[in-house]
Amino acid sequence: MTGYLIKRLLLMVPTFIGITLIGFLIMRLAPGDPAELRAAGGLGAAAGAGISVEKRGSVDEAIAQWRAQYGLDKPLHVQYLVWLKNIGTLNFGESFKDNQSVWSKIAERLPVTIKLNFWSILVVYLVAIPLGVYSATHPNSFGDQVTTLAAFILFAVPLVWAATMAIVFICGGDFYYLFPPGGLESIDFSDNWPIWRKLEDRAWHIFLPVVLLSYDGFAGLSRYMRASMLEVLAQDYVQVARAKGLPEKRVILKHVLRNSLIPQVTILASILPGLIGGSVIIETIFSIPGLGQLGFESVLARDYPTVLALFTVSALLTLTGILISDLLLAAVDPRIVFGRRQQ
Amino acid sequence: MSALQSNQAAPEEIGSAESTTSAGLWRDVWKRFKRNSIALTGFYVVCILACMALSADFLANDKPYYLRYGGNTYFPILRSYMVAAGVGHWPPELLNVDFKKLDGAQAFFPPVPYRPTNINLLEPLEPPSGKHWLGTDKLGRDVMAGMIHGSRISLSIGFVAVGIAVIIGLVLGAIAGYFAGWVDLVISRLFEIMLSIPTFFLLITVAALLPPSIFLTMAIIGATSWVGIARFTRNEFLRIRNQDYVTSAIALGVTDRNVMFKHILPNALAPVIVSVVLGIAGAILVESSLSFLGIGVPAELVTWGSILQEASTTTFAWWLAVFPGFAIFITVLAYYLVGEGLREVLDPRLRGLR
Repeated sequence: MTGYLIKRLLLMVPTFIGITLIGFLIMRLAPGDPAELRAAGGLGAAAGAGISVEKRGSVDEAIAQWRAQYGLDKPLHVQYLVWLKNIGTLNFGESFKDNQSVWSKIAERLPVTIKLNFWSILVVYLVAIPLGVYSATHPNSFGDQVTTLAAFILFAVPLVWAATMAIVFICGGDFYYLFPPGGLESIDFSDNWPIWRKLEDRAWHIFLPVVLLSYDGFAGLSRYMRASMLEVLAQDYVQVARAKGLPEKRVILKHVLRNSLIPQVTILASILPGLIGGSVIIETIFSIPGLGQLGFESVLARDYPTVLALFTVSALLTLTGILISDLLLAAVDPRIVFGRRQQ
Repeated sequence: MSALQSNQAAPEEIGSAESTTSAGLWRDVWKRFKRNSIALTGFYVVCILACMALSADFLANDKPYYLRYGGNTYFPILRSYMVAAGVGHWPPELLNVDFKKLDGAQAFFPPVPYRPTNINLLEPLEPPSGKHWLGTDKLGRDVMAGMIHGSRISLSIGFVAVGIAVIIGLVLGAIAGYFAGWVDLVISRLFEIMLSIPTFFLLITVAALLPPSIFLTMAIIGATSWVGIARFTRNEFLRIRNQDYVTSAIALGVTDRNVMFKHILPNALAPVIVSVVLGIAGAILVESSLSFLGIGVPAELVTWGSILQEASTTTFAWWLAVFPGFAIFITVLAYYLVGEGLREVLDPRLRGLR
């Protein structure tokens, strides 16, 4: 197990370098020089006031100075190596936008996104598994057909549509005011509130974003769960368990459910990137101050260091998710022997 | 009875076994696909959407089909095609005129007499009515016209983005599966990188950095969504490369490229087709998210996603939220249904996976 863990961690290194290299190159080779962009605001104002040739010269000088300050004048591979060395110490540089340390910006927002995604993953599993179990134990019944159809339809509902409909119809527009249109806490939220009121307020705010982030996950996962449960139900040992007179409930919960849960663990790895992408949309629509919103704002402002750092952090989160799901798989399924058989 | 059944089944089996040409396979696929009425409905919806996209100019246009003006007869919509193709020109009296305000003219307009770009600041945010079937947006542009012309974007997204993804995916998957060994190891690492990359974030980054253009956006979506196709292709190639007919082709001295693309590829295509159809749905979803965020598409271009975006800021205008989103939903659902139907027909092993 330890050997496997080390091997996996080592294999993650080239993947990680590949990801950051792609991100780095895109950021640096994209048209639109950040230094020019930074100066553009001032230049535009100056042009309005009738810019003189000397002024243009001093602007160029400022750009060159600024470029040297951020190391943008060095060759690309040097820039990349310097950047890679710096992130080893969590130094993601300074934001082009406000000169704040990028890491402190991320650290401030990371908990929000993790909270959002944690609850979403929880909801995905808590809804999908009972639904899948029900569908598989009542195959082709009316209830099964309804859940199958509902899951299929939910899977096709675009997140942007669901979120917009929620904002328009139930978030205090001209229709109903069931949920708040944004934020994580009420405006008058205070630390003096009793604990239940704080929890209630937070739950009220996070409910809709979590549902929106998770619906296509549980629609998909409930299908997987049904398929894997049906597969296990067809195994001989289930017949044996029934034949020796075990009550059906015990057969399902003890013998079938456990084994059909195993493949679901690996799904975690594949829903994580989707959740990160979804956070961008949901956090932007519901103005939740998480990584997704920060990412969207930084992309629009061409704040390269922040964008690159976010790119790296979400790739790391995904890689960690894949690793955790593989380790969980090994933990729940003793038949899986890692090491020699791999590759 | 059973003898009769096997007799009936026999010619079909022989037929499908002997027909190595793809035409036979596809006729068989279509025959079995037709039996699934839900998937068939999806297919018809896709066809209707395609017809709508192709005939958008005839369904929603500010020019009439037929115009009688000043003693002459014109067909302005057809003429606009001719002008665009460079084989005709506008008569001076019709150059840059508002066809609805021609004095004493007799005209026959399309059902939706607007183009999505017709700005009318006198009628902003009108709710659905007889004049504007699905209402107007904040610039007074007709939503129905935007919906009809928006179907062009979703159709072309399907073709261009997934076309690019298919080319990259097939080539990389074929190389990895055919050569196996260290080539496969290296390319598989590339797959792993692409799978761990936060794709949507990469997408908005690249789309925001490049100048806004719908074709660039399609290209970027294609360039980030080929991994699924590539992995399917690789697995199929790994399976097929050891079969006898491949070995004999190699023994006959057929070049690697011909073995890969002439001999193996046609037999590896079936499961790939499914991921292509599902990929179209995915690309449409991604494009709608991008234009919802206002990234990648030029501001003046009306897409389903861009109408939705307006709804999220002007929340009383429910018609801006309901209709374009529903259009995306129906389109995506139709492609999913076709994909699922094809999956059942083409590859029973894949059932239940996604």
